[in-house]
Formats: sequence, structure tokens, C-alpha cells
Amino acid sequence: MSDDEKRVDESVELPKSQDEVPQAPLEPGVIPPPSMHFASRFDGLSGIIAPLLTTLIAFLMGGLVVALTGKNPIKVYHAIWNGTGLNWFFHIGNHSARIPFSTTHMWFPWDTASISAQNLQQTLLLTSPIILTGLAVAFAFRCGMFNIGGQGQYFAGTIFAVWVGTSFSSLSPWVHIPLVLVIGALAGAAYAGIAGILKATVGAHEVISTIMLNWISIWVGSYLFGQGGPLQGSQASIPISNDIMESAKLPVFWGLKLLQGLSIGIFVAVAMLVVYWILINRTTLGFEVRAVGFNPEAARYGGISVARNYFLAMAISGSFAGLAGAVDITGWEYRIGENDIHANQIGFIGLAAALLGRNTALGVGLASLLFGALINGTSGRQLDPSIFRPELAGNLTTIIQGLVILFVGLNLGGVWVWLKRRRRA
Amino acid sequence: MTAITTRLGGVQWTHPKTIGFFGIALGALAAWLALPPLASRTAVLPIAIGIVAIAIGIWTWSREQRRVGGGAVASGILGIALGVVATRSSTAHLDQVVVWSALGAATLRYATPLTFAAIGGLFCERSGVVNVALEGMLLTGAFFGIWGAIWAHSWAGSWAWVVGVICAALAGMALAAIHAVWAIHLKVDQIISGTAINFLALGITGYLFIDKYGDTGTPGNVPDYGIPDVHLSFLQNWYFIGPIIGQLNLMIWVSFVLLVATYIFVFRTPYGLRLRAVGEHPRAADTVGISVYKVRYMAVIGSGAIAAMGGAYLSIGFVHSFNEGMTNGTGFIGLAALVFGKWRPFPTYCAALLFGFSSALADRLPSAYGNQWGTLFQALPYLLTLIAVAGVIGRSIGPAASGRPYVKQ
Repeated sequence: MSDDEKRVDESVELPKSQDEVPQAPLEPGVIPPPSMHFASRFDGLSGIIAPLLTTLIAFLMGGLVVALTGKNPIKVYHAIWNGTGLNWFFHIGNHSARIPFSTTHMWFPWDTASISAQNLQQTLLLTSPIILTGLAVAFAFRCGMFNIGGQGQYFAGTIFAVWVGTSFSSLSPWVHIPLVLVIGALAGAAYAGIAGILKATVGAHEVISTIMLNWISIWVGSYLFGQGGPLQGSQASIPISNDIMESAKLPVFWGLKLLQGLSIGIFVAVAMLVVYWILINRTTLGFEVRAVGFNPEAARYGGISVARNYFLAMAISGSFAGLAGAVDITGWEYRIGENDIHANQIGFIGLAAALLGRNTALGVGLASLLFGALINGTSGRQLDPSIFRPELAGNLTTIIQGLVILFVGLNLGGVWVWLKRRRRA
Repeated sequence: MTAITTRLGGVQWTHPKTIGFFGIALGALAAWLALPPLASRTAVLPIAIGIVAIAIGIWTWSREQRRVGGGAVASGILGIALGVVATRSSTAHLDQVVVWSALGAATLRYATPLTFAAIGGLFCERSGVVNVALEGMLLTGAFFGIWGAIWAHSWAGSWAWVVGVICAALAGMALAAIHAVWAIHLKVDQIISGTAINFLALGITGYLFIDKYGDTGTPGNVPDYGIPDVHLSFLQNWYFIGPIIGQLNLMIWVSFVLLVATYIFVFRTPYGLRLRAVGEHPRAADTVGISVYKVRYMAVIGSGAIAAMGGAYLSIGFVHSFNEGMTNGTGFIGLAALVFGKWRPFPTYCAALLFGFSSALADRLPSAYGNQWGTLFQALPYLLTLIAVAGVIGRSIGPAASGRPYVKQ
């Protein structure tokens, strides 16, 4: 360390925690324009039109990539669409359906047993964890933090859900299922809480710390479920955990359990959307979180503890992601293998869903449905490899995801002004 | 010379901070005693020294030097843990894993991509643009490096790696150009645009990889025309140093040169002064006639080229193949090294060496202790990075205008 630095270290009293660091406006004494605030940088796109436009641009550019590598994008997108099961809604007829959890049948306009119905079940199964990881990103975002750690918090929930789910052989489902879900959520909260505490006390940037926590969770998970790991199942040669107990599996209300039917996990996810909305819009905590997210300086001036809200917001968002892991395990995965841990991307997709949904409850729900459908439609199970290789399609999903994040933060009005100015010059 | 003497004399030996650093060193000593060549077989020694380190840490903590104190406590705990683990395992296993010269060479190999990423990030962040897209730039460089080398192999022969590195740099610059436009002109939040670029890079390289090499993977003859090693035959027999630097990849030497060149450029030339001015106080820089946008564009695009060259080293100088998402967070660790090194070249390189060392250790463990422990140790570099960003060695304050778009008046 040089002499000068040392002198600075001793003479100037350094700020103790993140919330005391001045937000360094461009010039002292000049109030930063509203566009400098974290939350308001995303006001350029407002309403529903802008996210729709973003999606359109992303899909068009994704199609361009497909076309450039010599495939027909319209055919590819059509095959993906058919795999999503969303076409189910357009086949209205005269059918009967069984009321869930009973034996009575009633008239229903859609065929609940068709192939596209099964596809739709898979789409909704994927939508549930994406909603929850999306909420994990959205909640932290409202507090001015960018939680990229949804993936790690999801794994924390997964690991604990498997652990609790495979233990306790003779519990009632009424106890076991809530236990698994709550423990999963708490594990996610604790894991995200690490990043929250670091941000609140020493000001470690949450982007780097949560990414590191992601990698730590991936390797710890590989160790736990891998060859010879403590949570590896009874088959010594296969790096997969045991199946969770029957009492820990969520009831399936649409389709057959054997065919990976739709579990009530989707209701858990939708309920959490409501919880999120109430928490953000109707509680003191939500008000404080939003205040800190909008302007930490002003929030502290108004008597709100910025550090406390950083920690709480991070822990709450982690609990959403942890719940996502638990819902996946209890809803349809029932077990986890070392390979699943390296292949899983649910936490990162939640990121795109939250940004596309503009961090509102309804928006996150709709965007999650879009991404759930996209992932299901591009999966090896749904996509015909003679039309488009599923591995390629998986990467196409990642490209579309990247394009969505790239364009969703864009202030289209600002772009227009910039282009106009350039033309004049 | 005077600068060095004043620096040595300027250390206040009784200052809590100095003592805290001493505690950190004691923690490292605790672990080192249990490792070859000394390989103490009793656990008492590491435990005793580790406890002293922890005690010093707590004392330092109580003297308001929280970060150094916390670092000493962490170092003491780690030292005890490593020491006990080492004394428990057989000497044969220890000798197999802890070959200092081999570890040293592996450390340099693992540290090189981190160095390129961190130096790229240094230019970018010194100009006031946050770059979390380093990961994507490395990955892009890795793919286009090997793609260019394979493409050029038929007509450039064993020199195909030059084409590979150039392709990598161009691809990295193209990717960085997107980040530059988004961050500088469109004034989008730089972390979000960086994240988007990481996804784009992951998707595009994965897509092209499956499309081009999906069935068989990248060809097996890449080592024939990959970046060559530099054989220094006169060094081969030197004790310790010979095995470490006698046979290093060319890109590792390039990274040393880059490091020195970066230091000179950023801190000893007018161009570097302009770069730093733009990152610290863009309005002042604008007032004296420096074009803030131009400097930032050049810095961001240059950072893309440098980071992508690190990626090219990874694919055609180190592992000689490409896989989807093969960088595994290397770019983020590079970014953490930059934060750890307080945006200065040489401290940043020290941090990169530390992370490289933990990767090298994780790489050598499975041979003696089985895959299971090797897997767990893969988490070590990330854990160290986490501890580093938690600010063990003082708060690091970046360029003042970092992450803030500049609005011209």
C-alpha cells in the first residue's frame, strides 16, 4: 500500500457501512436527475406494450439466429408452440372432466386428457418454480438490489427439501408437505441472507456475492448427491438421491402422477404472487423496501434502517427461491441427481421473468408462463429432433432470455431522442 | 529507491492493522506447517498457532479494525481446519498433492484467464463503466478462439492459434461494443446490460458449438496448433523455479507483459490519466476537453478484446477444447480479483494468484483423496472470492463515477 493511501486511510473517517457511502452524484451539490435512481431507470418502458414489444424483438432476433444457421424459423417456432401445450386453449369442444380429488364428472369445454393437455401440464409444472424464482429477483429489485443468486437459493431449497423429504418415514402428508416447503423456504432465506448481511454490514456488492454463492451451492450439491456423497441414494453406483417419501409428495390434481401430472405446486406459486403483491403494496415492510429501493439516502433521512431492509429483502427473496426448489422436489422431481444440479437453470430464468414482468405480481406471473412454455417447448421431451435439435433449442432459449434482459431495460423514448438528435447533427 | 525506504519505514508496527495482518499470516503458517516439506505430524502445532491467530483477530476487531480482524479470525479457523485435515491424512497422499513446484505452475495456469479478465475489467471500470459481462467476453473468446484456430488450421498450419486469438479478440470487441452502446449512450443500468450480455454469450456460443461441433465435440488435434509453450531449457535444472516457469504457455508470459504495460499505461501516461479522470469525475474531464464518450467506448471495447484473449488462452492454450459454458464463473472471479486488488494492476494480480492457487489445489486433490473431496474443493475459489468481496482487506472503493452514465450538457 502506498504512502498516500495510508494517509487517507487514517485521516479520513471511512464510512462504516454501505448505507453511509454517499451515492456519489456526478457533482457535489447537484441533485441527481430522477433518471439516476435505480428503480426509475426502468420507467422508460411503461404499461404492457413495452414488455410485449421486448418479447417480439427478442423472438424476431432469435429467429434471425435460427435463419442464419440455415433453418426455417417459422417451422421451428411452430414446433416449439405445439410442444408448449398452449394450443390446448384453442381446441374447444364438448368434453367432460373429473373434478379434482373426487369421482364426479362434469361438462367442460376442453379435453383434459389430450396430448396438448399433457403438454400444458408440463408447461405449468415449469411455470411454478419460475414464478417463485422470478419473485425472488423482483423482491430484491424493489429494494434496489439485483439478486442473481436465485439459482443458489433454489439449490439450497432443493437440498434441504430432499433431505427432509427422504427422512421421517411415517409422517402424515398434512405435516410432512408443509414441513418440507417451510424448511426449503427457510434454507433459501438463510442462504440469501448471507449476501444480505454482507451487503448491509460491509457493503459487498450483491451481484458478485450471490454469483459466488451460486457456484458454492452447485459444488456442495454435487458433493452431497455425487458418488459417495452423504445424500447419495441407496444405489452406490448412481449419483442420485433417494426418492422422497410418498407422504412428502404434493398431490397431483390434473393428469396422472406416473406421467408427471400437474401438482398443486402451481397454486402455491400463484398464492405467493398474491403474498408478494400484499407484502409490497400493503405492508409497512413493503413500503420501507420500496423506499430504500427508490432512494436509500432519502429513506434513511426518513428514519428507515437501510441495512435492515437490505438484509430482510434479501432473506425474503431467498425464501421465494428456496420454496421454488422445494416445490420442484415435492411436485414432480422427487429426487435429484448430480447432473440435474449442473443442468438446472430455473433461477436464471426467473431473472428474465422478473425483468420482463417489470417486478409486478401480475407481470411476473405472465412472464413466467411465457418462459415456462418456451423451456417446455424447447425441451427434448417435446421438440421433434427432426425439425430442430433440442440442444440447439435450449441455447435458443438462453439467447432469447439474454435479448429480453437486454431490451427490457431500454428506454425506448430515450433511444428515439438519441436517434433524432443524431440525424439532426 | 527513496519511495521504497519510506514505505518500509512508514509501517507502524504497533498499529492494530499491522498486527491484524500478522494474525492473517499466522493462520497461513498454521496450515503450512502441516504440509510438506515440513509436514508436522502432530495437530497441536497448527491448532496452537491458529488459536493465536484468532486471538489476534479478536483483539484487532476490538480495536476498530474489523475487516483485518475478521480476516485474521477467518485465516486462523481455516489454518486450523487445513492443518488438522493435513495431519490426519497420510504423508504419501500429502506428498502426492502438495508438490509446491507443480502447484506453482498450475497456479500460474489458472491465474492467467483471471488476469486477462481482471485487466480487461480494470480498463473498463477505471473509465467508469461497470463490467459484469467479463464472463460472457471470456466465453465468447474461448469459443471464437478455438473456432478461428480450427478454421485457420488448413492454411496457417501450426500458426493457426494467431488467427484464433485475433478472432477471439474481434468477437470480444463486438460483444463489448453492445455493452458500450447500452451503457454509454442508451444509459441502461450497466449491471443489467452486463448480465444480458452474459446470457447472450452463453446462448450464442452454445448454439454455435452444438451447430458446428455438436456431434463429436471440438477436434482432438487442437494441441498441435494451439498456443505453444515457451521452453526455457537453461532454466530446467534450477531448483524450484525451473519446474514452475521453465515451460509456461506463451499467453502466461503475455499476461505478465500486459500487467506491466497496463500499470505503465494507466498510471504513468497522459492517456491513462485521461482514462482515470473520466472514471473519477467525468464532468471535470469533459470541461478540460476530454471526450468522455470516446474514452469510455475505447476502454469498454478494449476490455472486451483483452478478456476475450484470456478466453482464447483457456480454450486453445490450456484445455484445448470447448464446452458449453466452460468458463464456469472465471470472469466473475476475475472481477472479484479486481475489487480485491482495489482496481490496481499488481494487487489485482496477487488476488488472481490466490484464486488460481485454490483452483490448482482443487484440481490436484482428487488424485489422492478421491473425486468426492475434489468436488467439494471445487467450491474453494468461490468461497475465497466471497470472503474477498466481503472486504477482508479494507473496503475497496472503486472509481467514483463507476456505474453512472454521463449526461453531456
